[in-house]
Amino acid sequence: MARKKLKQQLIVIGNGMAGIGCLEQILRHDHNFEVTVFGDETHVNYNRILLSSVLAGEKPVDDITLNPLAWYLEHQITLRLGIRINAIDPVMRTITGDDGSVTSYDKLLIATGSKPFIPRIEGVEKDGVCAWRTLGDTQWILNRTRPGMRAVVIGGGLLGLEAARGLQVRGCDVTVVHLRDRLMERQLDSIGGRYLRTKIEALGVKVLLDKSTAAILGNGHATGVRLSCGTELPADMVIVAAGISPNADLGKQAGLQVNRGIIVNDYLETSNPDIYAVGECTEHRGVCHGLVAPLLAQGKVLAATITSNRGATFEGAIPAAKLKIMGVDVFSAGSTEEGPGIETVKYEDESQGVYKRLFLDGGRLVGAILVGDINDSSRYSEWLRTGADLTAKRRTLLFPDPIADNGDAAAMLSDSDTVCGCLGVSKGQIIEAIHEKGVCTMAQLKESTRASTGCGSCGNMCMDILRAVAPNFEEETKKVLCKCVPFPQEQIKEMIRTQRMKSVQEVLDIYGNGLGCEVCKPALSYLVDVVNCGDHDEDRSTRFINDRVHANIQNDGTFSVIPRMRGGITSPNELRKIADVADKYNVPMVKVTGSQRIDLLGVKKEDLPKVWADLGMPSGQAYAKGVRMVKTCVGSTFCRFGTQDSIATGVELERRLENLFTPHKTKMAVVGCPRNCAEATVKDIGLVGQEGSWQVVVGGAAGKSVRKADLLITVSTTEEALAAAEVFFQYYRESANYLERTYDFVERHGIEKIRRDTVYAQDAVKEALLDRLKKSKNLSQDAWLERDNPINSTQFVQIQPMEQPVIPLNPSYLRTHVSAAND
Amino acid sequence: MSTWIKITPLNNIPLREGRCVTLGRKEIAVFHLPEKVLAIDNRCPHSQGPLCDGITTGTHVVCPLHGWKIDLETGKVARPDVPVGVNTYPCRVNSDGIVEIKVAAGMEAEVAA
Repeated sequence: MARKKLKQQLIVIGNGMAGIGCLEQILRHDHNFEVTVFGDETHVNYNRILLSSVLAGEKPVDDITLNPLAWYLEHQITLRLGIRINAIDPVMRTITGDDGSVTSYDKLLIATGSKPFIPRIEGVEKDGVCAWRTLGDTQWILNRTRPGMRAVVIGGGLLGLEAARGLQVRGCDVTVVHLRDRLMERQLDSIGGRYLRTKIEALGVKVLLDKSTAAILGNGHATGVRLSCGTELPADMVIVAAGISPNADLGKQAGLQVNRGIIVNDYLETSNPDIYAVGECTEHRGVCHGLVAPLLAQGKVLAATITSNRGATFEGAIPAAKLKIMGVDVFSAGSTEEGPGIETVKYEDESQGVYKRLFLDGGRLVGAILVGDINDSSRYSEWLRTGADLTAKRRTLLFPDPIADNGDAAAMLSDSDTVCGCLGVSKGQIIEAIHEKGVCTMAQLKESTRASTGCGSCGNMCMDILRAVAPNFEEETKKVLCKCVPFPQEQIKEMIRTQRMKSVQEVLDIYGNGLGCEVCKPALSYLVDVVNCGDHDEDRSTRFINDRVHANIQNDGTFSVIPRMRGGITSPNELRKIADVADKYNVPMVKVTGSQRIDLLGVKKEDLPKVWADLGMPSGQAYAKGVRMVKTCVGSTFCRFGTQDSIATGVELERRLENLFTPHKTKMAVVGCPRNCAEATVKDIGLVGQEGSWQVVVGGAAGKSVRKADLLITVSTTEEALAAAEVFFQYYRESANYLERTYDFVERHGIEKIRRDTVYAQDAVKEALLDRLKKSKNLSQDAWLERDNPINSTQFVQIQPMEQPVIPLNPSYLRTHVSAAND
Repeated sequence: MSTWIKITPLNNIPLREGRCVTLGRKEIAVFHLPEKVLAIDNRCPHSQGPLCDGITTGTHVVCPLHGWKIDLETGKVARPDVPVGVNTYPCRVNSDGIVEIKVAAGMEAEVAA
């Protein structure tokens, strides 16, 4: 108890990146503080830079947490969230919160950040108008946006464009209204601004420049905005992103010296010896910094000052911003103003959308703008930082030597060079972490050095260094779908879900290269189908030919036709029809398949609809990554050993699941006794009947792989067995990667986890799975019905040219005629 | 000497898909891409797969049989790395929205050869 009293009370007002960044540094020093953090938001410290990624659906909220609750606990930090500090009493050394609490401090750290600047616009207080700054704001926007909604973003700076991008991705009709004559005027010149504008407009976002907003229209709720020029724009939502201003009110109230921000010296001390300030709320040498790198640099200095290690100083920072706005890479650093004595070097390629401009003063780099290609940004950052004399390099400033090997870029950095600008981590520190702490993965590197936990743009460089240096380097195991859409399938599903995307092209346009390929298009087709439970926009151009015409293409370009024969049960009438069709269309081969069905091989594409109509049987989906068949044995119907009615059960299972698509083909079987005549234990899903019960087995295979299925559950009734199969089936549909058979899926997850997530899950979870299955099933149909309603006019029909060449291309015809003419 | 031959209204070829049309004895695959139409021989040089049934990726098509990738603009095989290819045919959409293919004078000779 006595020892505890000796500790000094350090109060941090502000639970954001600057305050907690500084606190992390303080904890590295020898200190004697008992720390309390107050935050007016209700979330633990998160990465504010990545809010735009949350808005755009690229990251779930949990991914942007920087310090989880466990971190606060581990360091015995008292965390008070949702409390705003209203007053500081610098004489009594107390602070008062809006909950009425009064807390004493020995040292006080103000890290209140900044607040959105709200221009004086009539009606700006209306419902439906939001300034975008916090996670709460982001969630407010996410909850309200619906595809097709009209949104106006006031402000065409960094924040405004990120908001516009997030809204556009969510399907909103977005207009950006900007006061100035170019976008991002603080970072870009007029050409750079124009390049950005062209690209953004191409993505469907409208941009209005040189326009100020006069009023928000609407009675209580915003319905539009009126510009000063009189134009009115309809809007269901208005986002104000007109800049930020330091949150310095507390400093003023405490009697500190305050200008725009709380004034701090090079040691981050304020005018009161017990009060310090860090981050966006401060003003240092007349500058209020708003980017993360200088704020974290300030935190390092302040950590030294406050722990009685005063000595390090903050000397200001060169402003630098590296970001991706709507797919366009933009880098801007230093001073990008023209002026006397400033020379510029430019490179421009309009069709590629690449623009580079360097600003030089007396042979030294003072500023740089890169649009569309920012590969050289670290080189320019380094030149800006060191002030190197570039006279000798003048001719090749914009053209670096080609890099021969991947490790070269890493090797070209010296140990003192900064790799992570946000967190101020040098190459030497990374190498030290690798050698001293055995770091060998990106996750460990982030944990150990915090490198790449800011904006993340140094991730590739960190990987290069890891790859080059760490003896036990391990690539991250996250496997991306395809280079066209470089995200893991899990994440793509999440994007489709949160962004309510319904078509493959939407996913490709927003998260991919816009083109797609034969690998990702069928995969995305499956994913938009399963996530939307069948309520998606079907685009056959993204489907493999088999799924365009519902038949399996053969090596000569003809197709195979396998009608559904549930449970392998047929009738004389069906057999007669099959025989008649085989005759009528000269089907070259009729074959009994391994799935207890009949295959008509060698059917021409244009005959498919007629063949299906004549058969009058539904599609067996033998061409699809979908439900193939349920094989059955005779079971108790005829077999003297049969204990269960395998035929009726198999037919019912097939009826319940047919016409649905799955990550890969799904083959099933139901057997009436453990003799297993229909081989249920080597099927994706099998039901094995025994006296008085059913075993449901999953993950079996007897093809490319041979694997005995795992027992999922044993149940007493047929209905329970069918329900267990359905729950597993839907779980596989939702959780497996495209082209992952159940045997790989079950091995990857382990049968125990699968049991927990399916048959042993809470009733609500099982019901939700079954509900989604039902929804998909209700929207599914026998694909062969497209014979009457083709999805497009030439789905099966061969195009007849409107005219033939006057001189026919048929060489024999040509020869006949030429020789005839000669005769 | 060359002629533009009217083939079919553009909307008979769904966007990003191909369709086959037979001119004389020649099977030609016509592709409807977002910015243009392109035409090549329909049969893949590998084992005669119907290229019109392939999935397009930008201005390439992937043969449905064994995944050979053909550049629709040059006719060259882009994958695997083999020095073979197919013929390309000038293709356009006229003002009435009809796809036309240009049959060059040299083409008959080529077919005959």
